[in-house]
Amino acid sequence: MGVWEAILITVVTAATPLLIAAMGELVVERAGVLNLGIEGMMAVGAACGFAAAILSGSTILGILAAIAAGLVLSGLFALLVLGLATNQVASGLALTILGLGLSGLIGAGFVGTQREAIPPVYIPGLTDLPGGHVLFGENPFVYFSLALAFATLWFLGRSRAGLTLRSIGENHASAHALGLPVLKVRLAAILFGGACAGLAGAYLSLVYTPFWSPGMTAGRGWIALALVVFASWRPLRLLFGAYLFGGATVLQLHAQAASLGIPSQALSAFPYVATIVALVVMSVGRRSATAPGSLGAPFVPDR
Amino acid sequence: MTALVALRGIVKRFGTLTANDHVDLDVQPGEIHALLGENGAGKSTLVKILFGLLQPNEGTIRWQGREVMLSGPDAAAALGIGMVFQHFSLFDNLTVAENIGVAMPKGDGLADLEARIAAVGKRYGLALDPSRPVWTLSAGERQRIEIVRALLREPKLLILDEPTSVLTPQEAETLFSTLDTLAAGGCGLLYITHRLEEVRRLCHRATILRAGKVVAACDPRQESVAALASLMVGSEVAEVRPAAAHALGPVRFSLNGLTLPSSDLHGVALKAVSLEVRGGEIVGIAGVAGNGQAELFGAMSGEDLAASAEAVTIDGKPVGRDGIDARRKRAAAFVPEERNGHAAAPRMTLSENVVLSRHGDGMARGGLVDLRAAKDMAQAIIKAFDVRKGKVDPPAGTLSGGNLQKFVVGREMLRKPGVLIVNQPTWGVDPGATATIRQALIDLAASGAAVVVISQDLDEIYAIADRIAVIHDGELSKAYPAREIGREQIGLLMAGAGHAHAA
Amino acid sequence: MRLELVPRGDVSPVARVLSPVAAVAAAILIGGIIVAIMGRSPLQALQVYFVEPLTQGWALQELAIKATPLLIIAVGLSFCFRASLWNIGAEGQFIIGALTGSMVPLALHGSGAGPWVLAAGLVAGALGGLLYALIPALLRVAFGVSEILTSLMLVYVAELTLDYLVRGPWRDPKGFNFPQTVTFDWTLPYIAEGDRLHAGILIAPLVALAAWFVMRRTLFGFGIRVAGESPKAARFAGFSADRMVIAAFCISGACAGLAGIVEVFGQIHQLKPGISPGYGFTAITVAFLGRLHPAGMVFGALVVALTVIGGENAQIVMQLPLDLTRVFQGVLLMCVLAADALVSYRVRVVGGGR
Repeated sequence: MGVWEAILITVVTAATPLLIAAMGELVVERAGVLNLGIEGMMAVGAACGFAAAILSGSTILGILAAIAAGLVLSGLFALLVLGLATNQVASGLALTILGLGLSGLIGAGFVGTQREAIPPVYIPGLTDLPGGHVLFGENPFVYFSLALAFATLWFLGRSRAGLTLRSIGENHASAHALGLPVLKVRLAAILFGGACAGLAGAYLSLVYTPFWSPGMTAGRGWIALALVVFASWRPLRLLFGAYLFGGATVLQLHAQAASLGIPSQALSAFPYVATIVALVVMSVGRRSATAPGSLGAPFVPDR
Repeated sequence: MTALVALRGIVKRFGTLTANDHVDLDVQPGEIHALLGENGAGKSTLVKILFGLLQPNEGTIRWQGREVMLSGPDAAAALGIGMVFQHFSLFDNLTVAENIGVAMPKGDGLADLEARIAAVGKRYGLALDPSRPVWTLSAGERQRIEIVRALLREPKLLILDEPTSVLTPQEAETLFSTLDTLAAGGCGLLYITHRLEEVRRLCHRATILRAGKVVAACDPRQESVAALASLMVGSEVAEVRPAAAHALGPVRFSLNGLTLPSSDLHGVALKAVSLEVRGGEIVGIAGVAGNGQAELFGAMSGEDLAASAEAVTIDGKPVGRDGIDARRKRAAAFVPEERNGHAAAPRMTLSENVVLSRHGDGMARGGLVDLRAAKDMAQAIIKAFDVRKGKVDPPAGTLSGGNLQKFVVGREMLRKPGVLIVNQPTWGVDPGATATIRQALIDLAASGAAVVVISQDLDEIYAIADRIAVIHDGELSKAYPAREIGREQIGLLMAGAGHAHAA
Repeated sequence: MRLELVPRGDVSPVARVLSPVAAVAAAILIGGIIVAIMGRSPLQALQVYFVEPLTQGWALQELAIKATPLLIIAVGLSFCFRASLWNIGAEGQFIIGALTGSMVPLALHGSGAGPWVLAAGLVAGALGGLLYALIPALLRVAFGVSEILTSLMLVYVAELTLDYLVRGPWRDPKGFNFPQTVTFDWTLPYIAEGDRLHAGILIAPLVALAAWFVMRRTLFGFGIRVAGESPKAARFAGFSADRMVIAAFCISGACAGLAGIVEVFGQIHQLKPGISPGYGFTAITVAFLGRLHPAGMVFGALVVALTVIGGENAQIVMQLPLDLTRVFQGVLLMCVLAADALVSYRVRVVGGGR
């Protein structure tokens, strides 16, 4: 395995949680809902996933617990924004505050506990190809995240249910008048987004580190949100954006290691500054509204 | 013969308001049935009940003799009820085919959809390009999507809500022949409108609603327009008094080759618009919705600035680069189309809404809001324009459409403006308020002001305008004296034929 | 099953005032359930969190000290939130305010300069927060970039900047390598001898009072309210949307920056990492709990400050983790939003349907 291959693997490793969480949020936003609570849901997913894996000794149970945690928190969010038509921005912030707190409560007993990372799965034949380790020497999450990206692409672009979801996100009043189930579809989308965020959290604590520490999500939920905007709400661009971002993260880590005389804090700040720059660059090139038409607006059908 | 659909004793209440009060209605197969009534008479509510969007508090619905529950549009569509909405239920960023596909029943494959769209289009003369995004289409084309969408489901009953409000007279004729073809094929049609000429031209029977109740059912072909109108309004229609003869003053407002790209991606750009309005006259600007009316209003009010100061003048002074406040200081006043959310902030009180457009003349001093002055002014407007409301100073959004419109028109009128620009002054307003507002416009012009009325209602334009110009795709025709230009010619201009440059 | 919302139209002012109180009660109930799930006594927790701090003199002082930054930040945020602008980066503006404000005493350390250093520092702090908030505002106005994400990203940047300065160029050379600056020559005076109440707590009510005046009486405040209510109506009124965005962000940034430097001058007396226990985020809950009204936010700041002190107390007395306080603040914000919805709509549970 060459140096470049090793670097590319770390890029994929860094990009995968962003990809999973952001793909979930992309579906939520295409349905017209803005859930700012990704960071909170990821944090709880990481804590629950790690705790469940340690307690049960089963990685699978850990992953399921993380997904369940994401579902529960996003269900709470759905109750607020769909059931009570509350402001989506404020509700998402509340979810983040709650989630970060909850993750601390759940994870408190597991600080310092170590666990074996989920081993990579090699695909005979493919992994041994030149450069094959990058795509085919990875842990199951990586395969899943790629499948998720292409499944989302197919779902939104080709499937009937995806068309319904896009319509609802585009204009919920029209969709309602046509008899499309606005709130049901949004509920499903929010829960899907929650499950993805929970899973992305599990990746952090079960694969990436693999241990639990407070605040380990370190703003990845927010970066995932920015990626959705950066990708103009398109799955393939999101895939590209996530790897680009993963690359930037790895670059920063290598720069830290190389001690170039740049303060480590400046390098640590790099992903956040890069996110801002990326958002600006995307906005300059695009004067049009590519965001879903009903994004962030509460929906109350008249009776 | 069993009626296609029979409504009996339908009651629908919203809080204390009874929108439908024991309404009976039958539609037969092959019949074009008009549902007539003024805005607020309960037509839309009834139609929403029939399409399953609302559930009645009382009453029964029979479909081909069998009692049915319409729990939602799905249930209605499954029975064979189709609907063409007034405010289109379309998705701007999706293609025509996607817009149609999303409304097809579950399990209906989308594979051959484009072929089926083409087939229906050919049969009824409704041509559409399935791959175009909807936002690139005109209002007439958008309506075609709605109709094709309904027809693809082979409805037995088709409901059309004010279908001609966005069409040129010629486009309306095309629609009528499509509807005749449909009826001849046995489809029942429920046609909602308040345009009486159309009803007499098209419909076999009419049911007339007033204040939520059925007041008459008749054969419209046997009735005069005046008789239908008085049934609809419940009294003699209030006429506006034409102004006494008065001399025209100098040009008080002008647009000079105004060109403005739209700030909105899906908007219309204004192209070399020129217009002169003299003191004492009303110029009406006709046109089909979405041809640049909102953009023209924005450019005239100063909400959008022109590229050069000379593009807009008020009393000879170039104001193209001045904002709305500066133009107000030159005694200009503006009434936009949307009452709630543009002319007024719905959750703020009436007195706060006085401050909204009048902080430049007395309602604020030295950066501080003068709430007492605003309250007094609100009461003066309420008195002068007979605005009806519950509390002393309620939130604007709690007023009825007609009363809020009287308030926002009155707010500007009491300034005694030298120039008044108004967009859709009586849209969705009851007949009483309509007469009050039109009279006020006529009286204001008679007192020497220059008045511009943008309206999609040709009847309104003919009722009050001295000269008429037509806007189409951001271009404005020359302004013709109202007596010298007929509906036929206006219709052609509205469709973009023989436009400005040719004229 | 689903919830059906029927707008109430006109809402009684009494209900509007009572809804935050009901939200606090509901949040306490839910918090109690969480404590019970953790296997602890909810009643004891209630006592430790909400009763003990109110019955002890030191704790009441502490309450005022904690409420001060929360109130100042929340008042500033209310200008943004009223105009439907989502500045969620007050935490960053707080830190930058503390930084820029501290530059004055750091530069003049040991020079024997008079107490005007404090005044200059307060101004510099507010100015720093203002300029930092101007970044997301300008990006939104010039490029249409969502202020939500940019303001939040800048929090991380601010934290790292502080970290760099106190470990690097600004570190006290005689500080045994601790990441901190020198202790400032001048700090805010105490109101009472030997106590902890510093003069900074007087600033908060003044800021709230000024905000009330601006919001209710000035044309500018009127413009902010219209902009939040309906952007098109604001345009019609002649208020420039861009100027509103910039002004609202400047006010909230200046407030957050002021809160930051008041906290440093009044409480900490030097710079070090972790000068804020998340005040900038907690203030969001305060703003909503106070319904974005200055008087309401005084109530909100006191309630939330109580949970902060209660949380510290509970950590000592009951060994309950501090994260429980954050959970409670998240639950509280959710309850506030839900209570608001219940005031605006009649809610019915209906079976079936879409």
